[in-house]
Amino acid sequence: MAEKRLTQNIQKLDENKHEIALSTKDLHVSYGDHEAIHGVDLQFERYKITALIGASGSGKSTYLRALNRMHDNIANTSVTGEIYYRDLDINRDNIDVYEMHKHIGMVFQRPNPFSKSIYDNITFALKRHGLRNKKQLDEIVETSLKQAALWDQVKDDLHKSALALSGGQQQRLCIARAIAMKPDILLLDEPASALDPISASKVEETLMELKKHYTIVIVTHNMQQAARISDRTAFFHLGNAIEYDETRKIFTRPKVKLTEDYVSGHFG
Amino acid sequence: MNDPIRESMLKKSKAAKRETFGKTISFLAIAVIVAVVAAIFYFVASKGISTFTQNGVNFWDFLTGSTWNPGSKGADGKPLVGALPMILGSFFVTILAAIIATPFAIAAAIFMTEVAGKKGTKILQPVIELLVGIPSVVYGFIGLSVVVPFVRSIFGGTGFGILAGTFVLFVMILPTVTSMTVDSLRSVPRHYREASYALAATRWQTIYKVILRSAMPGILTAIVFGMARAFGEALAVQMVIGNAFTVPNSLTTPASTLTSVLTMGMGNSVMGTLSNNALWSLALILLMMSLIFNLVIRWIGNKGGNTK
Repeated sequence: MAEKRLTQNIQKLDENKHEIALSTKDLHVSYGDHEAIHGVDLQFERYKITALIGASGSGKSTYLRALNRMHDNIANTSVTGEIYYRDLDINRDNIDVYEMHKHIGMVFQRPNPFSKSIYDNITFALKRHGLRNKKQLDEIVETSLKQAALWDQVKDDLHKSALALSGGQQQRLCIARAIAMKPDILLLDEPASALDPISASKVEETLMELKKHYTIVIVTHNMQQAARISDRTAFFHLGNAIEYDETRKIFTRPKVKLTEDYVSGHFG
Repeated sequence: MNDPIRESMLKKSKAAKRETFGKTISFLAIAVIVAVVAAIFYFVASKGISTFTQNGVNFWDFLTGSTWNPGSKGADGKPLVGALPMILGSFFVTILAAIIATPFAIAAAIFMTEVAGKKGTKILQPVIELLVGIPSVVYGFIGLSVVVPFVRSIFGGTGFGILAGTFVLFVMILPTVTSMTVDSLRSVPRHYREASYALAATRWQTIYKVILRSAMPGILTAIVFGMARAFGEALAVQMVIGNAFTVPNSLTTPASTLTSVLTMGMGNSVMGTLSNNALWSLALILLMMSLIFNLVIRWIGNKGGNTK
């Protein structure tokens, strides 16, 4: 399938002024014969929140999932191009994906805690990586739950099933679970879309707090959310990154007509 | 006042009548099934109990007695109807077969769902389903001509016995347990896998700690289902177990199971006599056991459902 390049305005970050935590160069994702992402170059700045917005089917989630190679286990899906993390192209066969996942964490659209206790949900990954010290585990559980703004609500119920929590609490548990690994980068795929407004705003607050320690890339359908919490926004359309700039510029003075139409609600 | 819409709503329409008709039919079908099941229970129970009520056999003696010879009486004048050898035989072959089959079934199911791609599953699925469909007499025949000589050449003796029965049952229940395990692994939500991978767990860690854990109620159900099938299997077991009414003291000496005694004895006894009633009592025990297996399956299912 031929590439469908559209008019673009991608702001390039000056690497002397901004610390780049993650970037992609000419990243393509294909499902069989169908190319879903037609070469995307984006840079994500350290300790900032970058929002990926766009209509359904624009490829923003596909792109996000490519960033930590979640497409690896899926048949017929190929990801080509380069993903740079610490000056290393992590989209290569010689990269240990499991090691990479320790540093690039992910939270999904639907809250997906395991049917284990709250405590076990958070310690699951830590134990898998050999941490056995009970005291250390307790400590990490507490700090990550605190960072995810869930500690006060669950501290007495740590050994109860995570599935008894409300949707918003479950999602914050998933965030806590991801940050328990102390990743560098946190990828979030519409983390608040399955939640009611109050839970969603709690998750947003959590993210604002987390940005002090983590580089965050978030896919969202909700433009107000992108405008509220992100520092930079990339607008996706039909598998292309159309425009990438500071969030306030995207929402007030976009340079591309498509972006303007989208953020002003004329389509999507 | 004549309002046609009013009138039409006060009459039963054709569609409404058809609905009533359909409801009646399905209710009748269910009623027949329930009646048949109830009748079987009543029949087996009344016949099975008559050993104890009419022939005066002590129920406890029946369960724990070790001599089975319903035609004659012992030195103390009591009929020789000790079912212990068959009860033990049934439990031994069932439990051993389940113990051997479980690891194979889980491994095969993991391979089919997690390791082999779509192509592998496409080939394996029909193979497993084919195994379920093979008639038990064929399994028994193969057991008789392959397994029994094999056991004989390795462990000596006649080759007939619990071990041979176990092997045959293992092959017979393996496909059932495997395909049910496959179903329960498939029903583990995809997002569990994703979450686990995203937390930097390896494939093995994901399978072992996440997928198997959350599929556990389904896997247990599969095992109990396999055990129920093994417990109730008659023909194939009867062909290889040797049919000796003695308490098994070794895995390679001839033994018998509840089912094998039933198939052997049914044609050779007269209705209403003690030897016939005693067989009904064995049938009653079998029925009770399958009821218990069913309850266990339900219980596991409910328990699994509650944690979700």
